[in-house]
Amino acid sequence: MNYGVVSQEQLEKIDEILTEKLIKIGVDCVIIIDMAGNIITAKDNGTTKYDVYSFAALAAGNFATVDAMAKLVGEQEFSLLFHKGTDCNIHFSKIDDELLLISMFGREISLGFLRLNVVETIEQIKKLWARD
Amino acid sequence: MSFINLREKIVQVKIVYYGPGRGGKTTNLEYINRKFSKQIQSEMVSLKTHGDRTLFFDFLPFDMGQIKGYELKIQLYTVPGQVKYNATRKLVLKGVDGIVFVADAQEQMREKNIRSLNQLHENLLGYKESIFRIPLVLQYNKVDLRNQGIPILPTSVLNKDLNSKLKVPYFEASALTGYNVPETLKKIISSTVVSIQKKLL
Repeated sequence: MNYGVVSQEQLEKIDEILTEKLIKIGVDCVIIIDMAGNIITAKDNGTTKYDVYSFAALAAGNFATVDAMAKLVGEQEFSLLFHKGTDCNIHFSKIDDELLLISMFGREISLGFLRLNVVETIEQIKKLWARD
Repeated sequence: MSFINLREKIVQVKIVYYGPGRGGKTTNLEYINRKFSKQIQSEMVSLKTHGDRTLFFDFLPFDMGQIKGYELKIQLYTVPGQVKYNATRKLVLKGVDGIVFVADAQEQMREKNIRSLNQLHENLLGYKESIFRIPLVLQYNKVDLRNQGIPILPTSVLNKDLNSKLKVPYFEASALTGYNVPETLKKIISSTVVSIQKKLL
């Protein structure tokens, strides 16, 4: 997969999937980043504003650290991560070796429901890459 | 690897400040953060220990304006310089587009500079990158200490130690006073942008 340059059409389709599957169910902000900390795309619900560039750098570092820890305990990877806060939670899920999907959501969505939608989102995005 | 968003016309470029511990990598970014505050929309992120040493990295996003209709977003990173943190240094180097090697020009740091540069070479090989191909600028930092009578290596010696094979641009600098800090930054940005253009065209 060549993710270094993503076509406009691919990005628009990805944005549609993110809006449909995650923003519409109440996720505040969703970002796709690569493991180097670059933002591929970011969508929010229009009311939440995060500093997504710093977020991407930290998230890539965070994921890479956890990945290294997984290897230390003999795991291939920890493919998902979840941080729980009082008002905001963050869920990380790997799309493939290079890309990460990050969802920030509040108290009104359950983790289980979010995870189901994240899995479907990732499947749809992967299909999109495969087709193109 | 830089990321190019064709829809929003944004190019994201990753530049890493690398070098031995206490060499002035973070100080470089702090100076840039103060001096170019207009071009920096978010706060500098620093992950450090209680002793104020870099633990993971510093991160500073920097807007460079437009080149050929594309908005250039430069992401500046530092690595932790301490020897024991090589695993984290490797992580930060992932996807790097350009490197500033900050050497400490004090005489007593001579060997540490060489060791750090050699390790950079090895770490890049781990990503199938080569120190001879990647845009690289050397910065010989702390030359201001000369005025305080601290023995500083002459540039010719530093060049012989670090730059005899690489033959890349180099600057004497003082990250603390800002001397040649913007020049180093400008040079690495221009080399990196040229290299990205070459790869794409």
